[in-house]
Amino acid sequence: MSRTALGMPAVRPVHGHGRLHTAVPFPEAAEAELGNTQMRANIRHATHTIRGKRARVVEELPDWEELRSAGSAIKEQVMAHLPELLEQFEANVTARGGTVHWARDAEEANRIITGLVQATGSTDVIKIKSMATQEIALDDHLEAHGITATETDLAELIVQLGHDRPSHILVPAIHKNRHEIRDIFLEQMPETDESLTAEPRDLAEAARKHLREKFLSTSVAISGANFGVAETGTLTVVESEGNGRMCLTLPETLITVMGIEKIVPTFEDLEVFLQLLPRSSTGERMNPYTSMWTGVTPGDGPQDVHVVLLDNGRSAVLSDPKGRSALHCIRCSACLNVCPVYEQAGGHAYGSTYPGPIGAILSPQLTGITSEQNASLPYASSLCGACYDVCPVKINIPEILVHLRDEDVRTQHGERSDDGAAAAPARTRRTPKAPSQMDLLMKGASFVMSSGRRMALAEKGLPLGRVVAGKDRAISWLPGVVGGWTDERDIPAPPRESFRNWWAGHAGETDQRLAADGAAGPADVPHDRPGDAQPVDAPHDRPEEDR
Amino acid sequence: MRIALFATCIVDAMYPRVALATVRVLERLGHEVVFPPGQGCCSQMHVNSGYLADALPVVRNHVKAFTAADYDVAVAPSGSCVASLGHQQPMVARAGGDEELAAAAEAVAGNTYELSQLLTDVLGVTDAAAQLGSWFPHTVTYHPSCHGMRLLRLGDRQKDLVASVAGVELVELPDAEECCGFGGTFSFKNPDVSAAMAEEKIGNIEATGAELCTGGDASCLMHLGGAMARRGTGVGTVHFAEILASTRRNPLEVSGPVELSIPRRPARPSSSVPTQTAGGPR
Repeated sequence: MSRTALGMPAVRPVHGHGRLHTAVPFPEAAEAELGNTQMRANIRHATHTIRGKRARVVEELPDWEELRSAGSAIKEQVMAHLPELLEQFEANVTARGGTVHWARDAEEANRIITGLVQATGSTDVIKIKSMATQEIALDDHLEAHGITATETDLAELIVQLGHDRPSHILVPAIHKNRHEIRDIFLEQMPETDESLTAEPRDLAEAARKHLREKFLSTSVAISGANFGVAETGTLTVVESEGNGRMCLTLPETLITVMGIEKIVPTFEDLEVFLQLLPRSSTGERMNPYTSMWTGVTPGDGPQDVHVVLLDNGRSAVLSDPKGRSALHCIRCSACLNVCPVYEQAGGHAYGSTYPGPIGAILSPQLTGITSEQNASLPYASSLCGACYDVCPVKINIPEILVHLRDEDVRTQHGERSDDGAAAAPARTRRTPKAPSQMDLLMKGASFVMSSGRRMALAEKGLPLGRVVAGKDRAISWLPGVVGGWTDERDIPAPPRESFRNWWAGHAGETDQRLAADGAAGPADVPHDRPGDAQPVDAPHDRPEEDR
Repeated sequence: MRIALFATCIVDAMYPRVALATVRVLERLGHEVVFPPGQGCCSQMHVNSGYLADALPVVRNHVKAFTAADYDVAVAPSGSCVASLGHQQPMVARAGGDEELAAAAEAVAGNTYELSQLLTDVLGVTDAAAQLGSWFPHTVTYHPSCHGMRLLRLGDRQKDLVASVAGVELVELPDAEECCGFGGTFSFKNPDVSAAMAEEKIGNIEATGAELCTGGDASCLMHLGGAMARRGTGVGTVHFAEILASTRRNPLEVSGPVELSIPRRPARPSSSVPTQTAGGPR
């Protein structure tokens, strides 16, 4: 075929790399996590506490629903004008003495950031509030180049010292309790006294001493950003501990890594998000520290300011009109805290920097449904809808989950070209497959369920299920894809006759039914219907036999 | 009124007694119930599993069956199936490029009520004991299914109806709004997580001390009932339509902690109430 350009844009969406791929499919990862009862207890306690706090502070706002709508509308506007807003942002940061860098993917971002740190001559950096750098595995990249990164958010520090990975967006160490944290501190912070207790106050004090040393001796900081304001070039970080403010003000060089979706058009828009975010995430009316900075202020704060704008698959998400609202996410974690699946399986089961319901739609969209492993994420939900109800920017997570399941099924059947294929590790890449058990089940069900006649016929086979069930009237083992059901649950033996088939012979027996029930006698029952007649003979199919 | 019953596939095939209970309640209010014979399924199972293409003929069939039938309003004893009609069928039709079908699906969905919606909002039932003669002398707890609660915004309609039945002692379920873990094919694809979610729900149900757990979706009740039967909790499940249909003369038979959804032993007539068998399969 000719390769002549036909006027179609040659740019194809580039999918993301880094810590976005899960190593094993969700069901297997979750099974392993379910065995960790301590972790499940920790998560249950933490999510229920935050959930309750969130509900109380949301309740007290009379205009919460309007705020959600406003947040959602601003984000839609951002997605519709993202290129222009990013250029406007760049122009304003530059005009105020900052430097903007554009990174297509994780490798490019890591290369840029490492180069910037190397240029300062420093071999140490302090970090704050950056999921984006978790996403691109920046710490590993820096370490490979002889640069030591220290996380300064308390929970991130615990995770880092424990050689662990974050498992929650807001509370990265949610899976650890205070006794486990004490052990990590004693082992990893040599200056810590043996008498350290597991009291939160003592733990915080130990971390404070450790970090204070770092703040005063490190000249380069790397941060994330909650928001970037296009009209002014202002960056914002919100936090609870004040460690972020230390990072943002003390060092000479500040490098901020921000996903391109974090842009808001105007300074005024922050009013909406600075209400939505703390209430949704920590259950607070306002977060304790909100830091904002715009380029360089001579003689005050970092004098060398950089912003790395990270794509890493975000443009690919934006190119899908049905899934793009996943980019509205402001990383509040409200969806994690209400999700019954997250509550049981924990964050590591999702295998990505982004766990929970939002991760189940964001991660596979950023990478493309390219591997068996990531394609399992959209199924990691019972579609209960609790996540949609609490989302401060109204991301319809259940609807996007269904959309991604459809993409997955079509990818499996080879009906959909997968643009992200190159992003998946070669061993996990997918090829179209022969029809699975699930495919056959769905095809068969579709054929039967799309005709009343065929349903009636199929239901004639119900007594067969009664034979399978045997005497105790419960089916306790089924083969194949539905086998997981009967590992944990019985299935009732089907009735002797379906309603449809029974009704065919009994529809007209209204009077007998009313009489049998003693027709309690509402005033509007016509008089020709006996109100207190004697019970009539039982139908031939006696309910007792059905029990 | 002439009311078309959409039995839903699971009630039709597995819980005919729930459909019959729906009929009995509506007939007691003086309405005529018809069953559009072409009906099959709402397509939810296919849509939620990602099989949108296979869902299309199922949607087409439902819309055809309920467009062809002659009735005033349609009703289904299932929040999730009614939610599927409104939220998923037009989407499936549009994904299949059939705008005409999407519009027809919206029209059918717009005239189909979940049972508690129909009883409360349209037929004005607020007191089941007085208006339906409902009598059910048991302690029950109520689990609100997700789709009725979040997609249809049923609120307390089902619970309030149950509470208004004579003899019922209704006890509150802790963390009631949490999903039971069924989720259709979710329980096949993620059986371990699904079971852990059920475990949590069952613990809460047991903590209430109720004899029975009621709700508005046969599928959630099947999942919970099956898991409770496996664990031998002695707590049964029952659809709220069955509670409404139960009367002094024709009571839903419960003798001690009987598993209603998954009968394990033959039911014995309760000593306090006469056994009535008229009314067909329950």
